[in-house]
Amino acid sequence: MDMLIQIIVAAVGSGTPLLFATLGGILIERSGIIQLGAEGLMLMGAVVACIAYIHTGSLAAALLAVFAVSALLGVIHGFLTVSLVSNQIVCGLAMTLFGAGLSAYLGKPYSGNPIPGSVPKWDMPGLESIPLIGDLFAHLDVLTWLSFLLVILMHLFIHRTSWGLHLRAIGDNPPTADVMGIRVQAFRYGYIVVGSMLIGLAGADMLLVYSPTWTEGMTAGRGWIAIALIIFARWNPVRALFCAYFFGALDTVGFRFQLLGSHIPSYFLKMIPYLVTILVLMYLGWRNRNKPSGSPEALGMPYIREQRF
Amino acid sequence: MKELAAKRMRLPYRLDYDPSKKINVWWMTIASVLFALAICGIFIAANGMNPFPVYKKLLSGAFGSSFGLTETLVKSIPLLLCGLGVSIAYRISVWNIGAEGQFAAGAIAATSVTIYFPDLPIYLSIPLMIVFGIAAGGFWGLLTAIPRTYFQVNELITSLMLNYVALLALNYFVFGPWKDPKGFNFPGTPMFNEAQTLPVLGDTRLHLGLLFAIVVVLLYAFTIRYTRWGYELRLIGANAEAAKNAGIRISRHILIVMVISGGLAGLAGMSEVSGVTHRLMYGISPGYGYTAIIVAWLAKLNPIGLVVSSFLFGGLIVGGYSVQTLGLPSSISNMLQGAILFFLIASDTIGKFRLRRND
Amino acid sequence: MTTSVSVEMSRICKKFGKVMANDQVDFSANAGEIHALLGENGAGKSTMMCMLSGVYRPTSGDIRLFGKSVKIRSPKDAAQLGVGMVFQNFRLVQTLTAAENIVLGEKSSFWRGSKWMRDKQEEIRGISEKFGLPFPVDRPIWQLSVGEQQRIEIVKTLYRGVGLIILDEPTSVLTPGEASQLFDTLVQLKAEGKTIILTTHKLKEVMAVADRISVMRKGRMIHTVDKSATSERELAQIMVGKEMTPPREMAKRQKGKSLLSVQHLDVLAELGRKALDNLSLEVHEGEIVGVAGVAGNGQKELAEVLSGLLPWKRGKIVFNGQEMRTASVRNAIESGISHVPENRMKSGLAGSLGVVDNLLFKSYRTKERSLLGFLRIGSNRRWSQTLVEQFDVKTPDLDTPVQQLSGGNQQKLLFAREIHREPLLMIAVHPTQGLDIGATEGVHRLLTNLRNSGKSVLLISEDLDEVLQLSDRILVIYNGGIIGEMAREEADRERIGEYMAGLRDSGEEAV
Repeated sequence: MDMLIQIIVAAVGSGTPLLFATLGGILIERSGIIQLGAEGLMLMGAVVACIAYIHTGSLAAALLAVFAVSALLGVIHGFLTVSLVSNQIVCGLAMTLFGAGLSAYLGKPYSGNPIPGSVPKWDMPGLESIPLIGDLFAHLDVLTWLSFLLVILMHLFIHRTSWGLHLRAIGDNPPTADVMGIRVQAFRYGYIVVGSMLIGLAGADMLLVYSPTWTEGMTAGRGWIAIALIIFARWNPVRALFCAYFFGALDTVGFRFQLLGSHIPSYFLKMIPYLVTILVLMYLGWRNRNKPSGSPEALGMPYIREQRF
Repeated sequence: MKELAAKRMRLPYRLDYDPSKKINVWWMTIASVLFALAICGIFIAANGMNPFPVYKKLLSGAFGSSFGLTETLVKSIPLLLCGLGVSIAYRISVWNIGAEGQFAAGAIAATSVTIYFPDLPIYLSIPLMIVFGIAAGGFWGLLTAIPRTYFQVNELITSLMLNYVALLALNYFVFGPWKDPKGFNFPGTPMFNEAQTLPVLGDTRLHLGLLFAIVVVLLYAFTIRYTRWGYELRLIGANAEAAKNAGIRISRHILIVMVISGGLAGLAGMSEVSGVTHRLMYGISPGYGYTAIIVAWLAKLNPIGLVVSSFLFGGLIVGGYSVQTLGLPSSISNMLQGAILFFLIASDTIGKFRLRRND
Repeated sequence: MTTSVSVEMSRICKKFGKVMANDQVDFSANAGEIHALLGENGAGKSTMMCMLSGVYRPTSGDIRLFGKSVKIRSPKDAAQLGVGMVFQNFRLVQTLTAAENIVLGEKSSFWRGSKWMRDKQEEIRGISEKFGLPFPVDRPIWQLSVGEQQRIEIVKTLYRGVGLIILDEPTSVLTPGEASQLFDTLVQLKAEGKTIILTTHKLKEVMAVADRISVMRKGRMIHTVDKSATSERELAQIMVGKEMTPPREMAKRQKGKSLLSVQHLDVLAELGRKALDNLSLEVHEGEIVGVAGVAGNGQKELAEVLSGLLPWKRGKIVFNGQEMRTASVRNAIESGISHVPENRMKSGLAGSLGVVDNLLFKSYRTKERSLLGFLRIGSNRRWSQTLVEQFDVKTPDLDTPVQQLSGGNQQKLLFAREIHREPLLMIAVHPTQGLDIGATEGVHRLLTNLRNSGKSVLLISEDLDEVLQLSDRILVIYNGGIIGEMAREEADRERIGEYMAGLRDSGEEAV
């Protein structure tokens, strides 16, 4: 039983950055924009968090800096994909390559420097007295609590508010949303910016909580796994939570095997999350071959009015 | 209600999108590169350096001397091969971003020849290394194509995940079973012998791989324009739905194209270990597979464009090393690459907007 | 009743690139009238209405709505000014429910719990019952029929309380029965004082329901008349600009031997839906067989199965004495089946490629066009040049991307490609969609020539007039099966209409 709880706690730990990135991606893709820049945004989030934290010594300032930078990158992404109707796939690739290059450039002098503090923890009053659940939720940091809150808020937002209805409409059928007086372009900008901020936060969370020193390329493909998670979760925030923790658990599997004294080289154990991602996608593809994937129907299609249909 | 519509603020001008408007690709491309240099200049300046000498150094390091030029050519070989590989996939809208992994697979397989058949004569070992490199890269490409064609899995994710798998495999070999016992713990295989290295030109590092790249470019250009198969690829790229109506089996083409695409990246990996490093080692690629994506996009998948852009980006990598002497990290060239791609994408459509007066 | 002018458009011009879609058009409609805007495809009716609903902005000209000069810059402006439009292809979000679609534009109340939604559903149900426009409010759109979707669109405009409702070709997707139901509703709305503008190219509808009629031709306004002061015949003349072509005189032909025989065909479409259900049909040599039906009853799948694009689950297809065993486009091409698909730019032509490449589509494998895997570049160009001349395709040169050609020339190119191979069977799906009257004439001539030379044509069209005009034999497709068949001489619109609506089935008919 202790073992199980340990695994779950570890899964939540390494799954939380994935969860933030997936939630951000869901928000962007629900509005009809393909988001492939997650890796670059996460790296930028991590490096900015590191630099700002070391310079100011304030966690709040670090997070603010992360939000500001990722929002700016979101505006760039929005400008290219929404205003300039560019190829969204290549645009995401550019974001990934640019984020990787810039973060390496900016982070070089800070590489290996530990950050000056950690994220405060918070215990929900009354929770620790409950067996099992108490153990699971003991000593979680505030960012993890924030991720729980976000899942609930996003679920309610999408299904219970007027803006959520608009979001579903612009992702599925932008011309219709436009005719109904919803400002497609403005909303898309908004969701790209907010979603990018969440993805940036994912990188920051990874640096602040999961591995507290900056190393070049530290996200190691997690941004891309988050993109796969959007598909696993069928663009649904609640499913995203479970998917992210499942992959969080896979991430820690290798480490655990070694603790158990396994002789499998760690390089192979580290391949597990990547290979499982492909296998799960293949399984879903096979199982859903006769079903809609749940993806927004206008995903990847730019929208401009005054177009001859 | 009516007042509401009238009251909203209006800008005096608006932009209209006109997809049929023609734009001058050359000027747009040059402008993109200049804009990218300007943006990165700001970052360099923010680091307390004057960007102009940095760019001058970058330029002179890459193209300013015969050493720099040959080095640039050496770097442009893997870029051109990988760039050709991804271009042929992009032609039919298969977004292979796995050239990095396919490159690594090719390098590993080529090296395996030197490990397991160490005593072959040169006329056997080099061809065998080439075959192994291409086969391994092609197999790695196939691993992306199969989920795409039979399971509708997005090839972007698969090919990228496989990059990490291939790099982990590479690290396993160079840190583990293939590590040079006399290498002072350096993560690399033993040096190849004479018979396992590609011949070089004079006392430069320019190796036979350049010829491979040139041959492949010519083949690519010829195939696309003059063969039935190339016609089919153009058709799929222009309109996949219509291609189906012409009796073209797209999924089979995807499989073949991904094998070729991966095979070319694998050949690049082979030529790099056999021609440049003469051993398989940790960090053998400074991201050739990713840079190749930008190379392909800059060239608009055009063969001549590919030659030019891979030469330029080869220069960018070499120049990136030379600015290190000024105390700047070499990742500056990665940053520039990303920025160039951003502006290139913007330039694809920005010229198609017209400024109109708002009435 | 005093007639107040509710919309007045004057000297409207609209240019798309170099094309003048509307040229100095004046138009007005009154409150409490049904005003029909009549014209051929491409006459500029829809463009006019799109400017009224804020989808397009006029290049020049003035619009007055309910007595005030206005600028309509967006659909939102249009809605606020009291204009609602029911588009030909509906503006509904497939994954949302009917009620959600209707309240979509509403800005009030950020929080929408289940109580809010229940109240709205009640309100919507009220409107739909009052005007006789029934549909289930809480089901997602993709589960509903086309007729229901159109009702939702109309209720959407009513829910917003607009004074002007525009319907763009509303009956093109309806069965005759559904159409007359719609007209009843429109009359009821007129009585409420709404202004209703109806764009259409069908004369019978205009005469049945409109109060006043405006006719457009080639982007210009020709004429506005009261219904009582005109006749169907006169309108047709004004619309076409010349005397209507009478039904094509075709030499009666001896029935040839059977060319294509389809028996008990079952086909599954996307998502496991049954698209063709026990479909059987027969095509003989030297005849045009028209397949009529409301959109979405299996026409697309029928064409795709016969051209080898779609596999079938059960049944037998025999073509030219040979049984087809598996779905293969290549086999279909080689055995002499040509296919002019529904949407030429989507699945017929590759827009960014040149004329030569587009002509090569189906013949590049032949030994005249390629040798040992290499294309014969020079000979292919000469061959393309002859085809372009023979079929009178107007193109600047042979390398011009075909997306730059006009719709009529694109269609000619497509027919050139399909006909020069001398197919035994031509499957033509909506071959004249979006073409002007001259180009339509041209296509019809090509099809009849093909028939007169002893070849066969399977004409699949939603345009009943086209089917009636060209076919030797008419089949009606409904729900994936052929439920009615009649020879040209015995065809009558009413009976076909009943078949199209599924009101009769083949059991009653002794064929």
